[in-house]
Amino acid sequence: MAATNGPAFEQPASFAFDADSEAEITKIVARYPVGKQASAVIPALYIVQKQMKRDTGSAWVPLKGMDAVGARLGMPPIRVYEVATFYFMFNMKPIGKYHLQVCTTTPCWLRGSDAVTEACQHATGIRNFGDTSADGLFTMTEVECLGACVNAPILQVDDDFYEDMDTEKVNALLAALRRGERPAPGSMTGRQTSAPDGGATTLNTLQFAPEG
Amino acid sequence: MLLDKDRIFTNLYGQHDPFLKGARSRGDWDNTVAILSRGRDAIIQEMKDSGLRGRGGAGFPTGLKWSFMPKQSDRPCYLVVNGDESEPGTCKDRDILRHDPHKLIEGCLVAGFAMGATAAYIYVRGEFYNEIMAVQHAIDEAYEAGLIGKNACGSGYDYDVFLHRGAGAYICGEETALIESLEGKKGMPRMKPPFPAGVGLYGCPSTVNNVESIAVAPTILRRGAAWFTSLGRPNNAGQKLFCISGHVNKPCNVEEELGIPLRELIERYAGGVRGGWDNLLAIIPGGASVPLLPKSICDEVLMDFDSLRAVRSGLGTAAVIVMDKSTDIIKAIARLSKFYMHESCGQCTPCREGTGWMWRVMTRMVEGRATSDEIDTLEAVTRQIEGHTICALGDAAAWPIQGLIRHFRPVMEERIAAYRKKPMPMAAE
Repeated sequence: MAATNGPAFEQPASFAFDADSEAEITKIVARYPVGKQASAVIPALYIVQKQMKRDTGSAWVPLKGMDAVGARLGMPPIRVYEVATFYFMFNMKPIGKYHLQVCTTTPCWLRGSDAVTEACQHATGIRNFGDTSADGLFTMTEVECLGACVNAPILQVDDDFYEDMDTEKVNALLAALRRGERPAPGSMTGRQTSAPDGGATTLNTLQFAPEG
Repeated sequence: MLLDKDRIFTNLYGQHDPFLKGARSRGDWDNTVAILSRGRDAIIQEMKDSGLRGRGGAGFPTGLKWSFMPKQSDRPCYLVVNGDESEPGTCKDRDILRHDPHKLIEGCLVAGFAMGATAAYIYVRGEFYNEIMAVQHAIDEAYEAGLIGKNACGSGYDYDVFLHRGAGAYICGEETALIESLEGKKGMPRMKPPFPAGVGLYGCPSTVNNVESIAVAPTILRRGAAWFTSLGRPNNAGQKLFCISGHVNKPCNVEEELGIPLRELIERYAGGVRGGWDNLLAIIPGGASVPLLPKSICDEVLMDFDSLRAVRSGLGTAAVIVMDKSTDIIKAIARLSKFYMHESCGQCTPCREGTGWMWRVMTRMVEGRATSDEIDTLEAVTRQIEGHTICALGDAAAWPIQGLIRHFRPVMEERIAAYRKKPMPMAAE
């Protein structure tokens, strides 16, 4: 995930956790035993990525951000770099406003992930995975199995799964994003989560105590 | 066939409130203190008697695993819940996390109590952001209601449950890689022994269990081992969440008894194979890591650990990936090779180098740009990777290819012959 390809980009000269980030880190570090705060490195890197999104509009982890994590958690910088580059979900270079993550692993591929990729390419002008559209709105990444295979194919936008996709539904989703809308995630055919199309065929005879 | 009254995951599809009020109405957290008051040994014995085998893929007996934890320990002990669900085809834990999180949290308490743990860490894959939000909300509710934390459920036992978000590495589903990751390192598997029950998280005794294994525990303890063993088949007790994906008319998750015939599972719940059963080519019955089965075996095979093992495949995570006759079966398996190459942690040479090598050869096999003795070489290389790595990712990368060669070698040969018949491309092309 090292940034070896694509256009050059600038590393910010400094990074400091803002008040929101600092509060979140404090809360997370408390989950681990005293002296084991290195466990918080992945959550802390997410906090850096999220703060970058707030500050710059692009969710990524700059070098100074990793250094700030190391300083906060008492870890040598190299330990933080190792983690940040090992895990796929940390963006080591700036990305577009919307991160389009197309699952192309076999279960999604069987249900038409090629069409999802093509629709994303067509609608954004992006040619290759890893690239960002000229308008800076979209980055398209190829991802491995997202773990929602009965709702394949999946297009993940930032943190949300859009499921049961096809060309038309990708077009509609990206058009909505361009308008600044954020459609509700989940199945785009309107079925109930992982239940079969047309409605659940099990669990229909159960009565529960009133929920009120 | 499993009746609704015997289903454990009564909010599988999220039609009802997933949180505390709804969970209580479905029987969760009902007098949990009575379960705890039976004592550690009795709980573990009941779990052993239930015959529950781990739901994460390996099928190791859950009660036995719990019993490996030390009876007395001067160090803290941990329960680590594996919610890294990343095995291609598998999406069952996702439904537990988002629709039935209290079953999991209650399971954390009873399992942790039984093994003498002071805390549970639930490790959930990073992509499940919305699911993580749901689990965290449920944890907050459980603390608020005194169900976990100090004097959990009024039992006098102090027990914490924490959530930990991963960041996109399949390898962290391997238990020791998960522990490394939870400690803030790269997810690289450890050598075993020592096993986690001796030296696990932070060097302390730990047990790693799959989300589903933990989430079914409270119901088993309430309804009894005899009820659980009345479902399923001998040595393959109980019910299981199945994920049916690929070329079926209605892909879905469903809870059923172990031992249900594969064909019945698909036809009853997933609307059948696209184009009818006779249009079936092959099925991967237990997630990407297990060898595929051609239609002739799918006609009769039962969905449980031992039946699938007998046909040289496996139940794995019970993720059924269906492929009809339109499928380029070589390409389908080649894509899995790419997956394993991408997800190899790079620690062991046979896996790091071998997964890339296999993918490159598989890419040529898709085109037919190979010779037929290269199929033998490919098979031989899979045997060199299998069993020669610290963790099972090397095996998992080898098995799909072995399954392909075992059952579809003629298709590979035909592809090679067809490529040879093509006119040689001109130099300018």
